[in-house]
Amino acid sequence: MESELKGKAWKFGDGISTDHIAPGRLFHLRTNLPELAKHVLEDADPEFPNKVRKGDFVVGGRNFGLGSSREHAPTIIKLSGVGAVLAKSFARIFYRNAINVGLPVLICDTDQIEDEDELEIDLSAGVIKDVTKGIELTFSPLPDIMIKILSDGGLAAHINKYGDFKLE
Amino acid sequence: MGKTIAEKIIGEHAGRDVVAGDIVVAKVDVAAVQDGTGPLAVQQLEKMNLIQAKNPERTVLFIDHAAPSPHKDLSNAHKILRDFAKKTGVDLSEIGTGVCHQRLVESYVNPGDILIGADSHTCTSGALGAFATGMGSTDVAVGIALGKTWLRVPETIRINVNGEFKEGVYAKDLILYLIGKITADGATYKALEFGGETIKKMSMSDRFTLSNMAVEAGAKTGLIEADETTKAFLESRGRGKKFRAIAPDEDAVYEELIEIDASEIEPMVSAPHTVDNTSTAAELAGTKLDQVFIGTCTNGRLSDLAIAAKLLEGKVRHPDTRLIVVPASKDVYLDALAAGYIETFIRAGAAVMAPGCGPCVGVHQGILGDGEACLSTQNRNFQGRMGNTKGFIYLASPATAAISAIKGEITDPREVL
Ligand code: SF4
Repeated sequence: MESELKGKAWKFGDGISTDHIAPGRLFHLRTNLPELAKHVLEDADPEFPNKVRKGDFVVGGRNFGLGSSREHAPTIIKLSGVGAVLAKSFARIFYRNAINVGLPVLICDTDQIEDEDELEIDLSAGVIKDVTKGIELTFSPLPDIMIKILSDGGLAAHINKYGDFKLE
Repeated sequence: MGKTIAEKIIGEHAGRDVVAGDIVVAKVDVAAVQDGTGPLAVQQLEKMNLIQAKNPERTVLFIDHAAPSPHKDLSNAHKILRDFAKKTGVDLSEIGTGVCHQRLVESYVNPGDILIGADSHTCTSGALGAFATGMGSTDVAVGIALGKTWLRVPETIRINVNGEFKEGVYAKDLILYLIGKITADGATYKALEFGGETIKKMSMSDRFTLSNMAVEAGAKTGLIEADETTKAFLESRGRGKKFRAIAPDEDAVYEELIEIDASEIEPMVSAPHTVDNTSTAAELAGTKLDQVFIGTCTNGRLSDLAIAAKLLEGKVRHPDTRLIVVPASKDVYLDALAAGYIETFIRAGAAVMAPGCGPCVGVHQGILGDGEACLSTQNRNFQGRMGNTKGFIYLASPATAAISAIKGEITDPREVL
């Protein structure tokens, strides 16, 4: 995984649920993830699937990803090209799922970032640069275990590599 | 140092003493997926070259969310689960059998177990004194294949409930009240542990309602001591031998203590579009309803249907308000049939559907139209949840739901009780 990311911020509010990201009405597309990804977050912003470009960032508020355990939610955010999700806080299952599918999730003060700001993120240094605003934000480091899974490319890749959990 | 229920159970499964904050690899007793998350779990197992189950007799694939299938793509997704069950010998819970969480407590989970399920309401089984938590497809896939998972031992928020409920107030009102108080992320990454006199006296069915909604406050699980009530429940399900008492130590260390006086709680309703957007039923009285849904893993058990049937007996739904009833499982359905509740519902104008999730997650069987409002006994009311972002979902107890179906608008059940 690359540790330097660059792209545009797409801003969402507090409480973006998994129903906003991958709604139940599209349940039948869950075995067709590229198709499901065409609808990513459209119930929060109908334009989002059209405007998101590879490397961009989803920037949420409080409790991002609350709700269901559907791993399809972080998976289709990743499939849409998003480099990382930034939020003030994340719901537990979404956070864990994001790491498992290899999507970086960063906890930081997103109030300072506005829609369409250009961001540069150095994952290993823990720094988010808002180029548009000329400010720098820091984010809380991930637990070691999650860094390990993320750097192996997700949980399936981790297990593939070691045949078991290898978390030390 | 005293231990919480979460610390005790995880410690046993990790083979060492643990405290909140520790990260461990723990043995998994029961692993489950449903038809929305299971196909991806199977695909991940294929990717990992691990088409196997460590404990096939305690691994379950549930077909409940889209059951029976309303779409060919979902029929094909179901085939993936049926094929995997044939190959590995794990249990398959077919259409008509019921909602995963109800089936898990009826037939699979015992006190002291660790259950991981690819469904956020897996926390329901916490009411049996089991560490039950929801995860994604890949986590549960690994749990199925290897019989273990990694866990961070959560801090625990202890919820002590004392006092008697007023008439017309139930476990559902208590949990909505609590979530309104601590908010939808008030317990993120934490375990809730419910105790106190009110919980001690509470039926298993009502305890499941509490634990079911722990995740709506962001919690990892919702634990309740395994006591005599738990034992009697297990006996009624032919698993009396699996009982063991599980309780926190008296000097357990909690991150926070919340005291609730049950006698102060009113019939509650969560208004669109968040569960913590709570009001009393009286405050929302008069809100017109196009649909009322009684069922789900939160409130589709026999005692829930009994409350609703008693209120609907000899009455009919309001002509402008559709009524949908879905028993949570086949056994609940059979018992409700024997007790005459199903006939009461049908005569009251309800559409009674096969056991399963029904319209809860917006896949089938009662999708809302634009601008329509539904009052449901389910656990969440996020925008779009019932299949339409232009729908409005209110959450309440079965009593509030039944009365509101008759009146065609949100009604405090005490108006008729
Ligand atoms: S009844 Fe609703 S909340 Fe419960 S498992 Fe089914 S979809 Fe999920």
